[in-house]
Amino acid sequence: MTTATQFARPTNRPFLDIGAMILRESRRTIRSIDMLVTGLALPALIMCVFVIVFGGAAQRDGHYIQYVVPAILILCAGFGSAMTAVTVAKDMRGGIIDRFRTMPIFGGSVLVGHVAASVIRNLISSVVVIGVAVLLGFRPSADLAHWVLALLYLAFTITAFTWLCCAAGLLLSEEAAGSVNFVFLFLPYVSSGFVPIDTMPSWLHGFANAQPFTPITETMRAFINNTSPGTNGWLALAWLGGVLVVGYGASLILFRRRVNS
Amino acid sequence: MASTSMIVTRGLRKSFRGTPVLENLNIDVARGEIFALLGPNGAGKTTTVNILTTLLKPDAGTASIAGIDVVHDPAAARAALSLTGQFAAVDPFQSGAENLAMMARLAHLGRKSARIRTAELLEQFDLEGAAGRLASTYSGGMRRRLDLAISLLAAPPVVFLDEPTTGLDPRSRNQMWSVVRELTAGGTTILLTTQYLEEADQLADSVAVLNHGTVVATGSPAELKAGLNGDRVELTFETDVAYAGARRLDFGAAAVFDDERSAVSVPSSAPVATTRELLALADRHGLAVSNISLLKPTLDDVFLHLTGAIGSDTVSNAEEAAA
Ligand SMILES: Nc1ncnc2c1ncn2[C@@H]1O[C@H](COP(=O)(O)OP(=O)(O)OP(=O)(O)O)[C@@H](O)[C@H]1O
Ligand SMILES: [Mg+2]
Repeated sequence: MTTATQFARPTNRPFLDIGAMILRESRRTIRSIDMLVTGLALPALIMCVFVIVFGGAAQRDGHYIQYVVPAILILCAGFGSAMTAVTVAKDMRGGIIDRFRTMPIFGGSVLVGHVAASVIRNLISSVVVIGVAVLLGFRPSADLAHWVLALLYLAFTITAFTWLCCAAGLLLSEEAAGSVNFVFLFLPYVSSGFVPIDTMPSWLHGFANAQPFTPITETMRAFINNTSPGTNGWLALAWLGGVLVVGYGASLILFRRRVNS
Repeated sequence: MASTSMIVTRGLRKSFRGTPVLENLNIDVARGEIFALLGPNGAGKTTTVNILTTLLKPDAGTASIAGIDVVHDPAAARAALSLTGQFAAVDPFQSGAENLAMMARLAHLGRKSARIRTAELLEQFDLEGAAGRLASTYSGGMRRRLDLAISLLAAPPVVFLDEPTTGLDPRSRNQMWSVVRELTAGGTTILLTTQYLEEADQLADSVAVLNHGTVVATGSPAELKAGLNGDRVELTFETDVAYAGARRLDFGAAAVFDDERSAVSVPSSAPVATTRELLALADRHGLAVSNISLLKPTLDDVFLHLTGAIGSDTVSNAEEAAA
């Protein structure tokens, strides 16, 4: 009689599994022109457009670049994360997910790989954005401690956004997942990120003040300006924490639903 | 029986939204055997494979791989099986070697054995020259071979192949067949599904014909063919006029007329004598015959016989009872 132990290979190696998945996603990014352009070139381009093209008109105190960089970082974190919706949807439709699920690996490693790769990819693109900003005259006043806070906060933001996009990728078709980035491309504009809310029409004030991108961007701005985010910090944390819980929970449920259909 | 069987299902049932897809499915696959699951589109082949490979939970019944219950211990079952699904599971953005290396890591092979195994498989599947190229540049046959190579990394004792040669040209298909045959030489047990009867005929030690979620016939290809009425002798007539004449003659109750090909065939246990009789009959009536052939039953005949009566419940019931 055959027994299970005869075929046993070590099954419980979650870090090894996740590592392999991160490598896989990194290769996908590096080898796809689409993803390189969206992930790296576009953020740098957006930075240039805002500072060089809109900068003159939006100038306030001659320092629009000082004002807009945090908003661009959050904007790019958003649509950069949205790429995960597409890659997850792609994986779910192909045969590879079934192969993974019939292997003795840590079940969630595919998704964790997607999210971790997104965090790495977006942090790199954030560094590129900051680099371009500095070349264009951005002079942040943050000290080292605030920079560390800013980066940790940015990583947390990307993680939360990416889990939400991951859930979207599990739920939507590849085509529909491709438009998830519109949410992240447009919502930030109706926040205090790019222009102060008091310069918007008054009927927009309510929405702009209440929507998450206002405290999320203001918190980033506070760190970069070497100040404390105050209430905005807690609001941002609550929003992002909520997004993370919902995104992660929904991803788990949607992923399991495929298994037990 | 169960102790030598590497794949066993008993009373397997599965419905999707109230529509039964598998009804009381029982199969037994012996160690080292190639077992082919045949059936028309929608018969439940992939569903069966998905249950056996832990992707899907059955509504009722049991299924085991190498003595491991796939429902109760999917983790252990996964260590004993591999799946090459209906759709290629190869990353186009990685090279062949990288695809293999990644899967070797996920199979927890260890660095050294991963390297050895990868090299072995690249050679065995004739992919050495293309190992460094992105899989997106591979032909369909190469991708399929890489897919199968990946599934064999951990040398699992039970291998599932869902339509392994669909979309391959005859040369790639032959190549795939020889690879599959080599596998069983090493004692691997293989369950494959296929739409190609010839594939089952060529490869399978044993075949189960699936229709409406149950096994309607099982046996070796030869046994299944023997279950039909054996050889037939077929006369093809030279002209439509001759064929029309032939249609009015009495060739016996078991004769089958083929209007499109202007041919008639009759079952025969003594083909030479039958041929003489048929020719004599045609001569007597002055009907010109253009061709005579001896028809051996093919698996296609078995398949059509068992699954062909779509829309005619009485016939299909009678056939299922007969099988
Ligand atoms: N997840 C699902 N939800 C609903 N119906 C399903 C699902 N999976 C399969 N079915 C249905 O179950 C039936 C059997 O499907 P299955 O894929 O097992 O067939 P098959 O024999 O593999 O067919 P093919 O030769 O086309 O691959 C089909 O009618 C199919 O529509
Ligand atoms: Mg199928």
